[in-house]
Amino acid sequence: MDQTRSTLDLFNNVDLTTELRLGLPGSDGKPENVKSSLSGNKRTSSEMGSSSCTDENESRYSPPTKEQVVGWPPVRSYRKNILQVKKTESEMGSGMYVKVSMDGAPYLRKLDLKMYQSYEELIKGLQVMFKCVIGLYSEREGYNGSQHVPTYEDKDGDWMLVGDVPWEMFISSCKRLRIMKSCEARGLGEFV
Amino acid sequence: MPESNDHFTPYPDHVLENVLENVLAFLHSRRDRNAVSLVCRSWYRAEAYTRSDVFIGNCYALSPRRVTDRFTRVRSVTIKGKPRFADFSLLPVNWGAHFTPWVSGMANAYRTLEKIHLKRMSVTDDDLAAVANSFPRFKELVLVCCDGFGTAGIAAVVSRCRGLRVLELIEDEVSDDYVDWISCFPADGPTNLESLMFDCVESPINFESLENLVARSPLLKKLGLNRFVTIGQLHRLMTRAPQLTHLGTGSFSPPEQPEQHEHHENDNNRVSDYVSAFASCKSVVCLSGFREIAPEYLPAIIPVCANLSSLNLSFANINAEQLKPVIRHCHKLRVFWALDSIGDEGLQAVAETCKDLRELRVFPIDATENGEGLVSEMGLLAISIGCRKLQSILYFCQQMTNAAVVAMSKNCPDLVVFRLCIIGRFSPDHVTGEPMDEGFGAIVKNCKKLTRLAVSGLLTDRAFSYIGQYGKLVRTLSVAFAGDSDIGLKYVLEGCTNLQKLEIRDSPFGDSGLWSGLPRFYNMRFVWMSSCRVTREGCLDVARQLPRLVVEVFRRDEEEGGEKSDFVNTLYMYRSLDGPRADAPRFVNIL
Repeated sequence: MDQTRSTLDLFNNVDLTTELRLGLPGSDGKPENVKSSLSGNKRTSSEMGSSSCTDENESRYSPPTKEQVVGWPPVRSYRKNILQVKKTESEMGSGMYVKVSMDGAPYLRKLDLKMYQSYEELIKGLQVMFKCVIGLYSEREGYNGSQHVPTYEDKDGDWMLVGDVPWEMFISSCKRLRIMKSCEARGLGEFV
Repeated sequence: MPESNDHFTPYPDHVLENVLENVLAFLHSRRDRNAVSLVCRSWYRAEAYTRSDVFIGNCYALSPRRVTDRFTRVRSVTIKGKPRFADFSLLPVNWGAHFTPWVSGMANAYRTLEKIHLKRMSVTDDDLAAVANSFPRFKELVLVCCDGFGTAGIAAVVSRCRGLRVLELIEDEVSDDYVDWISCFPADGPTNLESLMFDCVESPINFESLENLVARSPLLKKLGLNRFVTIGQLHRLMTRAPQLTHLGTGSFSPPEQPEQHEHHENDNNRVSDYVSAFASCKSVVCLSGFREIAPEYLPAIIPVCANLSSLNLSFANINAEQLKPVIRHCHKLRVFWALDSIGDEGLQAVAETCKDLRELRVFPIDATENGEGLVSEMGLLAISIGCRKLQSILYFCQQMTNAAVVAMSKNCPDLVVFRLCIIGRFSPDHVTGEPMDEGFGAIVKNCKKLTRLAVSGLLTDRAFSYIGQYGKLVRTLSVAFAGDSDIGLKYVLEGCTNLQKLEIRDSPFGDSGLWSGLPRFYNMRFVWMSSCRVTREGCLDVARQLPRLVVEVFRRDEEEGGEKSDFVNTLYMYRSLDGPRADAPRFVNIL
């Protein structure tokens, strides 16, 4: 009964931000605070540091940045997750798709990292997609206690534990995801 | 109805009280009852004695003890917990709204409790077990947007509450404890089930047990299946329960097996099978589900379309061409939810047929800011022209114009709820380049019954001056990435005299704007301001001036330490009769 149901909740207890982050000096790296310090009506893109400027937008007032803002637009993550599961087979568009495999599952899936704005949401999405329980992350012990451990391959080809680096760094370096069985994932946890 | 008369006495006052109690038994509206309770002590007592349905809009506005002391004979309790922005990850997960103190408070006081309705509460499996054990006459459990429990908790309820009539799980986060809860209903004989809705349960269901259960539930009217029920299984259930009025259809696709797709002629037979299944469910008025729809099966619902009053396709990725053959039969439709995949063209089709439409919600299939805009001002305009009786709209889009919003304000004067979400923050009218002030201004001005408003797009303080000036009936206002200065907030707090719930994020409103609401805060249910420009001192001042207001300050990412900037990350404040809550986690500062 004291199961991993609330592990997701506990997962969010852990402060995933580290001192290392990508951002302009003097900014606190949080998009919403940067926005709220705007004055006047000027909201042009030159005021925003953007690490992931993507495609063109024909409007004169193109959105200042393509960074994702937490909780915006106000669509419940419940809806986002459901649609994510179905979207994987359809058009790619401008998403940030990575392959996801789970040990023991016969098929690979594809997942758009841009659909998520935090580790919490990503883990929830993985759990929905693969109908598994991943649960609790801690800096010290990784995903101790869960049967499944999410890992990813980064730009350098190394396999890392999901959750170790700040979210923004993760989505820019993640090439593919693999949900390992916890018995095989021991070695990764010790890297921290 | 009050039972036997306990106060036998010759005093005329008591006779009057008994008469009053008998009369009040017929009074159900809580607003009327609140008014009655203010007349005098005797009326207060009589009303308290006869109130059987208690509604608590904010679980932290008072203690469970206060409720059970005042209302002693309660059959039904409704409790709301977290503020709505919790839905969008703006509230740290273990912030609160625990059901536990309520269930333990009520367990002794309300032995005859029959119904519990919770929204945005944290409910544990133990809480559910306590419900199952404490209320022998328990009949209805409705959980909306709740979390913290799993299939084990559900199993406890269904196995022990023999009189269960209603079990509705709506948009909850239900963890999979690998418990076969559907098999836990009492095994033999007919059930009392009238409503069983578990669309949101993200775990497989034992179909055999479900079918057996449905077959012996003659009173079952509402059945909401989750996405693990295939269309073939749905068919079987429908033949067992042709009396259904509300149906959540589950996945609405066949199971994913390669061999299934090789037999196309079987597919055609299947579609016609499903058509006849729907044809025999003559009472269906409300359809939802379609979680993983195979669009070629959608026409199967046509036999019930003419009677449908509510159709929820908001998980169905279908286009206009797939929608049209179905929607053109839905003349009586009052409620329609869809994805923007249907496009402006799909909305046009809705507008042509659904002349009685009261509520429309259009959700984005791609919720990113630079996403493809599938619906626009054209769809909104079409709806406003075709659906003149519209009362409630939630519309997500990538672009909008003032002209279309103004048109809607004039074409749909009955609007009570207007929620427009232009996904790109700070988006102006995409034709004129102007802010969206005039559009929203027209809405508050022309829609005289408006009680709920959500704004978006590029908005200046002028928009808020309109809202304050004309939005006299507005009770709920949602603001995001809008406004220029404190004056915007001042307009709203001074002008909107019926404002109850104010939720603001990422807008340049600060302390002086906040202070202009001091005379109002005790009359409001809550105020939420996140990523705005209020300072800790400003919040402290409010807390000092209004001792009965609980002023919570915290960071979304739960850091306890000092603020990273001068501004408070999140301010959430609400009135309370019983002071600050005792269960606030460490990262919440109550000023």
